Amino acid sequence: MQLLRSVLIRLGTTAITLIGVAVIVFFVIRVVPGNPIAMMLPPGATEADVARLTALYGLDKSIPQQFLIWVSGVLQGDFGTSITTKQPVLALILSRLPATLELSIMALVIAVVIGGGMALTGTRLRGTKTEAVIDVSNGMALSVPDFLWGLFLILIFGVLVPVFHISGRVTPSLQLPFSTNFYLFESVFRLRFDLWLDIVSHMFMPALALAIPLAAIIGQLLKQSLKETMHLDYVTLARTKGYSENHVILREALPNAILPTLTLVGVQFTFLIGGTVIIERLFSYEGLGNMAIDAVINRDLPLIQGIVILFAVIFTAVNLVVDLCYAALNPRLRHA
Amino acid sequence: MSYLSIKGLSARLKGTPHRILRDVSLEVSAGEVRGLVGESGAGKSMIGKAILGTLPESVEISGSSILLDGTDLMGLSAKERRRRIGASCALIPQDPLTALNPSRRIGGQITDRLVDILGWTRADAEARARELLAEVQIPDPERVMRSYPHELSGGMRQRILIASAFAAEPKLIVADEPTTALDVTVQKQILKLIAAMQARHGTALLFVTHDLGVVSKVCQSLSVLYGGLVVEDTTVRDFFRAPAHPYSRALLAATPKYSDPDGSLTPVPEEVIRNVQAQVSAADRGVAHG
Repeated sequence: MQLLRSVLIRLGTTAITLIGVAVIVFFVIRVVPGNPIAMMLPPGATEADVARLTALYGLDKSIPQQFLIWVSGVLQGDFGTSITTKQPVLALILSRLPATLELSIMALVIAVVIGGGMALTGTRLRGTKTEAVIDVSNGMALSVPDFLWGLFLILIFGVLVPVFHISGRVTPSLQLPFSTNFYLFESVFRLRFDLWLDIVSHMFMPALALAIPLAAIIGQLLKQSLKETMHLDYVTLARTKGYSENHVILREALPNAILPTLTLVGVQFTFLIGGTVIIERLFSYEGLGNMAIDAVINRDLPLIQGIVILFAVIFTAVNLVVDLCYAALNPRLRHA
Repeated sequence: MSYLSIKGLSARLKGTPHRILRDVSLEVSAGEVRGLVGESGAGKSMIGKAILGTLPESVEISGSSILLDGTDLMGLSAKERRRRIGASCALIPQDPLTALNPSRRIGGQITDRLVDILGWTRADAEARARELLAEVQIPDPERVMRSYPHELSGGMRQRILIASAFAAEPKLIVADEPTTALDVTVQKQILKLIAAMQARHGTALLFVTHDLGVVSKVCQSLSVLYGGLVVEDTTVRDFFRAPAHPYSRALLAATPKYSDPDGSLTPVPEEVIRNVQAQVSAADRGVAHG
C-alpha cells in the first residue's frame, strides 16, 4: 500500500514536471532566432509562398494558440507532423527510440561492470600497487569527456587496429528479419548470433565512449563508500565469525555501500542519455540523438518538442526506478 | 593448562616507532574471566583485536606467539586462522548500534556462522538461535529474528549480540567494553546477563574495560595496562585487597565510590605517572637491547 501510494505521488509530480517541460520547450524554440519556413523554401520564394506555408503549419497563429492546439493533439497521442520529413513525429521517434535505448543500456551495463569491478578490486587489494593503478586510471577516465573518448576509440579500434565498425548501427548490406527496432534484443530472441555480433561490433565503441566517464564515477564513489563501510563494526564482527575477505566485502559491506552509488547512477544515467546526442552524431548511429541534432538544425519544431518531451519522460522514469530499487535494497526505507 | 596464552606480543603503528603493545604476556584458563583494564589508549582493545585477527591495517605485530588451545595462531595460514577463530572464539562488541548489519535480518546474523563456517543445517541453526534469544530474555524470538536492527532498541541489540557470541559455544569470548555505549540503566542488566551466560556456558572471557567496578563484579583475574605494558597481572581478590603496583593503587584510589558520592575525585598522582612512564621506556630499551 505504502509503495502504491508513493508511486502514485511520483506519477503526479511527474505529470507536473512534464507540463513544465512542455511549456518551456514550446515557447523557447519559438522565441529563439531561426525560422523553419525559411529553411524549407528555395531562394527566391515569394512573400505569398512564405505566408501560405506558414499558415499550413499553423505558425501564423499566436504562440499560446499554437500551444493549445499542440497540447490537445498530444493528449490524443498526436505529436504533430515533422516539418522536414512530413512524417508523424510519434512514429519517427518510436522508430529511433529503440536504437538509443539499446545504446544507453549497453553503456550502462559496461559502466557498471567496469566501475563495479574497479571498486571491488581496489577494495580487495587496498594498499597495493593495483589500487594505486585503479585510482590513477579512474582519475584519467573522469577528466576526459565522452566524445573525446569516442574520438580516441575511433582512432585506436577504427583506424589503427580496425576491429570494430566506426559508423552506423548495422552493416547496410545485411538482410534484417526483425519486426521491431530493438535489433540487439531481437537478434538474441531470434537466435541470430551472426547479426547480434554485427550489431554489437557497431555499438561497442559508442557505448564504451559513453560508459568510460560513468564507469570512473561509479568506481570512485563505490570504492569510497566501501572503504568507509569496511571499517564499521558489523564488518569486523563478520571477520571474527571466520568469513573470508571476499565474503566480507560482497555480503556485508557491498549491500550497504552500494546505496549512494545507486542514487548517483540514476542521475548519471540521465546524463548518459543526454550524452548519446553527441556520441550518436560522432558514430553516425541512427538513434534519437542524431535525429535531435537534425531537428534542431532544421528548426523542425514539432519534432524538437516531441524529442524533448520523450527525454523528460525517460528521465523521470529512470528516477522512479532508482527510488524503487533503493527501497528494495534499504530496509530502513521500506517501512518509512 | 591455559586455553589462551599470549607471549611477548608487541605491536606498533606501521612505519613509525610508535609502540602500541609492549611485550604483553597473559594467560586465560578455560572458563576463567580475566579483566583487561587501563586508561584510554593503554592498548587493552588492541589485545582483543590481535587475538581475533581484526587489527587495523595500520598496525603490525611482531615477535610473539598467541597460543589458542596449544596452537600458535601466528603459525597458521590466514585462512586456517580465520576458521579456527570463527569456530572457537567470539566477540561481544562495544557498540550494539553499529555492530549489526543494517541491511540483514537478525536471524541470519545469528545463524550465519553456524551454517557457513560450522556446517550446521539451516533448521538446526535457527532452532539454536531461537533458544539463545530466549536465553538472553528476548520476548518473541520468532518475531525478532525476522526484524531488521533498526527496529530494535540498543539494549535489545546488545542482548542479540551476546546471544550470537554464545551461539557456537565458543571456548573464548572477547568482550570489548560491552556496556560502555549503553544507557546506565541498561548497563547493569547487560553486565549481569554476560556474567550469567558465562557461568552457564563455562566460556573463558577476556573482559576489556576501564571500569574497575565492573571488574570486581565479573572477573576472577585481571591485567592492568599502561602504555601497552602489563604493569600488574593478578587475581581480583589480591588486586582489591592489596594492589602491588603503584599505578594500580592510584587507579583504584581514583575510582569513585558509591558509598561516598560527595567525595572529591582523586586523579592519578603525577609522580606515579612519571614512574610508570619511566618503566615503559625501560621496557623499550630492554627490547632494543634484546
